[in-house]
Amino acid sequence: MLSIKNLHARIEEKEILKGINLNIKPGEVHAIMGPNGSGKSTLASVLAGRSDYEVTGGEAEFLEKDLLELSPEDRAREGLFLAFQYPIEIPGVSTTNFIKTAVNEIRKYRGEEPMDAVQFLKKMKEKMKLVEIDQSLLSRSLNEGFSGGEKKRNEIFQMAMLEPKLAILDETDSGLDIDALRIVAEGVNKLRDGKRSFLVITHYQRLLEYIVPDFVHVLYKGKIVKSGGKELALELEEKGYDFIKEELGEAIEA
Amino acid sequence: MEKVPKADEVRGKEGEVLMSDLKSIIQTKFTNEPFSGNGALQAFSQKGIELFNEQGIPTSKHEEWKYTRIGSVLNKEFSYAGGATAVTAKDVDAFRLPGNENANELVFVNGIYHAELSTIRSSADELVLMPLSEAVTTAYKPVIDKHLGHSANYHTDGINALNNAFAYQGLFIAVKKNMAVQHPLYCYYINDARTVNVLSQPRTLIHVGVNAEVFLVEEEVTLGASDSFINRVSEIVVEENANVHIYKIQNEDSHSSCVKTTHVRQVGVSRVNSVTITLNGGMIRNNLNVILEAPGCESNMYGLYCVKGNTHIDNHTIVDNVMPNSLSNELYKGIIDENATGVFNGKIFVRKDAQKTNAYQSNKNVLLSDAATVNTKPQLEIFADDVKCSHGCTVGRLDEEALFYLKARGIGDKEAKALLLHAFAGEILDKIELPSIRQYADAIISERLGFEL
Repeated sequence: MLSIKNLHARIEEKEILKGINLNIKPGEVHAIMGPNGSGKSTLASVLAGRSDYEVTGGEAEFLEKDLLELSPEDRAREGLFLAFQYPIEIPGVSTTNFIKTAVNEIRKYRGEEPMDAVQFLKKMKEKMKLVEIDQSLLSRSLNEGFSGGEKKRNEIFQMAMLEPKLAILDETDSGLDIDALRIVAEGVNKLRDGKRSFLVITHYQRLLEYIVPDFVHVLYKGKIVKSGGKELALELEEKGYDFIKEELGEAIEA
Repeated sequence: MEKVPKADEVRGKEGEVLMSDLKSIIQTKFTNEPFSGNGALQAFSQKGIELFNEQGIPTSKHEEWKYTRIGSVLNKEFSYAGGATAVTAKDVDAFRLPGNENANELVFVNGIYHAELSTIRSSADELVLMPLSEAVTTAYKPVIDKHLGHSANYHTDGINALNNAFAYQGLFIAVKKNMAVQHPLYCYYINDARTVNVLSQPRTLIHVGVNAEVFLVEEEVTLGASDSFINRVSEIVVEENANVHIYKIQNEDSHSSCVKTTHVRQVGVSRVNSVTITLNGGMIRNNLNVILEAPGCESNMYGLYCVKGNTHIDNHTIVDNVMPNSLSNELYKGIIDENATGVFNGKIFVRKDAQKTNAYQSNKNVLLSDAATVNTKPQLEIFADDVKCSHGCTVGRLDEEALFYLKARGIGDKEAKALLLHAFAGEILDKIELPSIRQYADAIISERLGFEL
C-alpha cells in the first residue's frame, strides 16, 4: 500500500525528517508515536503534499505510484486521506456542499459519473449514523464555530464519505475529552474493513486503547528508532520517552 | 544649464492642457444644447454649468479623484444627443434583468427617461413619475426645492456640477405614503453608442414617503462598440419609517465608463440597504452617500467588486451621522484579477449632536494577480464623544491553509479557489433580498469565478 524509503524533508532550512523507512500493507494499522518535535506531523504533511515542506531525499510509493510526484488533490483522489490535527474553518462554504464537491471530484478522476442528489443524501445519512454526527452540523459553514470534538468528528465523517484506501490520522486525539475520543475512535474502528490501512499519529498511548494498532513505531529526531507490536505503546506509556532517549541517544548523536 | 523638469511636472503640465481642452469641448457642446423649456429649473441648471466652467473635470490633483483619472476616458469627442435615438423594445429585451415581468421597468436612453420603452405596473396611488421640470410646478415643489442638488454639498467637483446642468431633463419619482411598492423599480440606463461616442447625464430625484417601501434595481447598458460615459446623479429622500433597498449591477464592456452618485437623505427614522455588485466596465466611480438626518436611522451599505482585465472600480462612500442613535454598517469586498484596479474610500462623519452613533466599516480585498492593485482608505471625522466607530481593511491573497485543506480532499486547484472566492463573495450576495436579483448576481459571479455546484 505505502512504502517509504529513506525519506528526508525540511521546512525552510531546517531538516526534520532524516531518513524514514516504513511499509504499510493493506488492512494494517500502524501507529507512530514520539515526543514533541520528533517529526510526526511533518511526516503526515509530507505524505499529504503540503507545499511548505521540501522533500530532499528518499522515496514514497503509494499503490505503485510515486506519491511525491502527485499533487495534493491527486493523492486524495488516489485514495490517501489526512485527518488534520487542526481542521481549518472556512466560512461561507457549507460542509455538505464541500463534501459533495470532494466526492464528485474524486469520482470524476476515477472516470465515474457524479453522484446525484438522492444517492449522495442516502450515503450521507448512512455515514452520519456511523460516526454519530448531527445533520445540523453539516448544514453549517465548514468547521466554523465547531468545538474541537466536532471538528475531529467532522474529519472522521469526511473520511467515511471519501472511503480512502489509506487514512492518516494526525494527532486526532489532541484536544479531545474522553467521550469525544471514544466516539471518534469508534468511527475509525467501523471503517476498518481488513483492506483499508491506517497510519495513526499520536503523542499519547490513550488513543491506541481504542484504535488498537498492529504495529507501533517510535519517531525520534526525524527517524524511526524503534518498532514493535501494540505492547510497545504500553511500554512507552509506562516508562516515558526518556527510556528511548537513553536507549538510543548515543547512537543518534553519533 | 537648462533645468530638466521632473517626470511629475511634465505629467502635470500635459494633464492640465488636456483638461482645459476637454472643458472647452464640453462647453462648446453644451452651448449648442437646446435650453428652451427648462423653465423652473433654468436657474439650477445655469448654476451647474457656471460651476462646471470654474471647476472643469476633476484631475488626479483633486484629493477625491487621486486614483481615478476620469479625464483619461473623457478626453474624446462625445455626442450629447438626447433621448431621440433608434432604441427599440427589442434592444431592451437583450438585457432585461430576471424578475422583470413583475417589475416597473424604467428605461433611460442617453440620459433621458423614455416613457414609451418603459413599463409601469404600479398604480398612480403607489408610484408617481414625471419630469422634474413638471414636478417643480406641482405640490412636490417644496420637496424639489429642498432636496434637488443636495449632493453638491458633498461633491464640490465639476463632474457633479455638470450633471446639475442637465437636471432640467431629469425625472422625479415619488413612492407614495404607506405604499409598499409591489413591483420593484428596475432602472436601465442605456447609452446608444452604436454610431457615436455618447456622454449622458441621467438625473433622478426619488421621494420615498412615510411608511413606504421600495426596491430599486439599477443597471447601466451600452449599445454598440463606441465609447460610453454615464455621469449619473440620483438623489433619494427617505421619510419616516420607510424602507429603501438599492441594488446596482455593473456588468458593462470595457469601453463603458461612469460616475454614479447615489445620494440618500434619511430625513425620518428609516432603513436603507444598498448592495453594489461590479463585474465589468472601463472606469467606474460609484459615489454612495448616506446622510442620517433623523435620530435612530439604520443604513447598510454593501459592495462586491469582482473585476479583471483593465477595469478600474472606485467606490467612494460617505456616511454622515447628523442626529443621535443611528447605526450604519458598511462592508465592501473585492476580488481583483489581471490588471484591474480597485479603490475604496470610506468617509464617516459623526456630527457633534450624533451621540450614541454606531458606525462600522470594513473593506476586504483578495488580489489574484501580481498586477492587480487596490487603494483603500478609511476616513473618520468624529465630533461627538459618545460613539462606537470601527473601521478596518485587508488586502491579501487566498488563504493557503484553506486551499490545502480543500485540495487534501481531492478538490482541484481551480475548483478549490473558486469555492473559496465564492464563499468570500457570498457574504455580500446574501444581502440582496430580491430572490431573482440575488440568483442573477450569484450566477454572474459564479461564472466569473468558475464556480459550479
